[in-house]
Amino acid sequence: MEAQATYNYKVVRQFAVMTVVWGIVGMLVGVIIAAMLVWPDLNPGLPWLTYGRLRPLHTNAVIFAFGGCGLFATSYYVVQRTCQVRLFCDKLAAFTFWGWQLVILLAAITLPLGYTSGKEYAELEWPIDILITIVWVAYALVFFGTIVKRKVKHIYVANWFFGGFILTVAILHLVNSAELPVTFWKSYSAYSGAQDAMVQWWYGHNAVGFFLTAGFLGIMYYFVPKQAGRPVYSYRLSVVHFWALIFTYMWAGPHHLHYTALPDWTQSLGMVFSLILLAPSWGGMINGIMTLSGAWHKLRDDPILKFLVVSLSFYGMSTFEGPMMSIKTVNALSHYTEWTVGHVHSGALGWVGFITIGAIYYLIPRLFGRDEMYSKKLVETHFWVATIGIVLYIASMWIAGVMEGLMWRAFNSDGTLTYTFVEALKQKYPYYIIRVLGGALYLSGMIMMFYNVIKTISAGKAVDAAIPATNAAHHA
Amino acid sequence: MDMNQMRVISTVLSFIVFLGVVWWAVIPKNKRNFDEAANLPFADDDANMHNSSGEHK
Repeated sequence: MEAQATYNYKVVRQFAVMTVVWGIVGMLVGVIIAAMLVWPDLNPGLPWLTYGRLRPLHTNAVIFAFGGCGLFATSYYVVQRTCQVRLFCDKLAAFTFWGWQLVILLAAITLPLGYTSGKEYAELEWPIDILITIVWVAYALVFFGTIVKRKVKHIYVANWFFGGFILTVAILHLVNSAELPVTFWKSYSAYSGAQDAMVQWWYGHNAVGFFLTAGFLGIMYYFVPKQAGRPVYSYRLSVVHFWALIFTYMWAGPHHLHYTALPDWTQSLGMVFSLILLAPSWGGMINGIMTLSGAWHKLRDDPILKFLVVSLSFYGMSTFEGPMMSIKTVNALSHYTEWTVGHVHSGALGWVGFITIGAIYYLIPRLFGRDEMYSKKLVETHFWVATIGIVLYIASMWIAGVMEGLMWRAFNSDGTLTYTFVEALKQKYPYYIIRVLGGALYLSGMIMMFYNVIKTISAGKAVDAAIPATNAAHHA
Repeated sequence: MDMNQMRVISTVLSFIVFLGVVWWAVIPKNKRNFDEAANLPFADDDANMHNSSGEHK
């Protein structure tokens, strides 16, 4: 036995609470910029609050602050619980928390000030890129260090997904952020032209594939079985779909660059691999949902399970929609329209958001010595308000996107365009308003969650669960 | 050896490795190991609490 007989819950608690806080911040900025598209006068004339500067703040806040903190919290919790050891090196784990918060803070300052490297989802300038690298190496050390000292024989599949996510994001970040600094807050990419675009979208799509998919599948593989009270439907399927996902996601990036200067064969390759991706994606979705077989009745009165299962439905939906949109002829209609925005948000709000929210609701009572959340009813309300919000958001963007795509490609018999750009924009106006409403509903759900979390925390006190004596049956 | 040959070889090798993974996942010999691994989330104290009623969290 080791001297430390408890799990390190402190760092999990810190990340779990910050997940909710950054979720509110990131989604609030999202609602503000959605409102700006309807009412451009909302900007009081300040350059720091223009749409172009707030939009990267929104994406960075929801992906890396909300999603990132959620991934840190859940991966640290899951790796400890399934390896039955305390997290490797408490100090390093604490460093990842404070380091990551510093990255987020710097992003929130530099992006509105206009410091950007101009790469989507990798806008942060080079000094912050270096800080990210250091924090990420520490994260990898803590995570893999814990796996190395595990007390059980097997590495549970959730840890494979978390591990794949940590390793790949490290590679993606290093390659795409290769840049030449000219001043302290300005750098230029190491690549140029079509190659720069290809590297950027190789990064961009794998940020979706590994940050927003593999990591969150890790969450799914622990929290769905735990909340449903039964092991995953097929462990074999989880092994096959993990490796299928790893082998295919890497190639799908070029579908972001259809009909551009990228070589045609590269575009077709990206399309084919995106289509193949449907198989492993649905393998994961089916595996998660089927875990509930025989326990469907639990869905009726367990709002946490509702969050987890509905997130899988959105995962299935958006991983069907994605391959379809990567087909070049479909992409000719959908690209650059609101359809893409709708697609991204069905994945982000539905899949990533819901699985994170479900996992955090699972964690908070356990981290603070309570049996359940302060108000189960409020969790239920959160679920319905957020679901209605997502449906309003993605339905409005689908309609607006297909409509504007059709308007853009409409020709008169003499070959001139039927509609000007601004005509298409005017037609989208009502859907922009519905989008603001959907986003506001989703945000209000997060505020309910924050209240519920605060109430749960104040009624409980921080506890660090004891590590069970090694179970012989599982030690083998 | 030119670059294209390297590309072909690495692609074919990756595919063979993947087939190996599938084979490893489906052979009956590994079933017991997978069942053990699948139960890992329930091997910690939450589960023991229900089974032996001795543990507290």
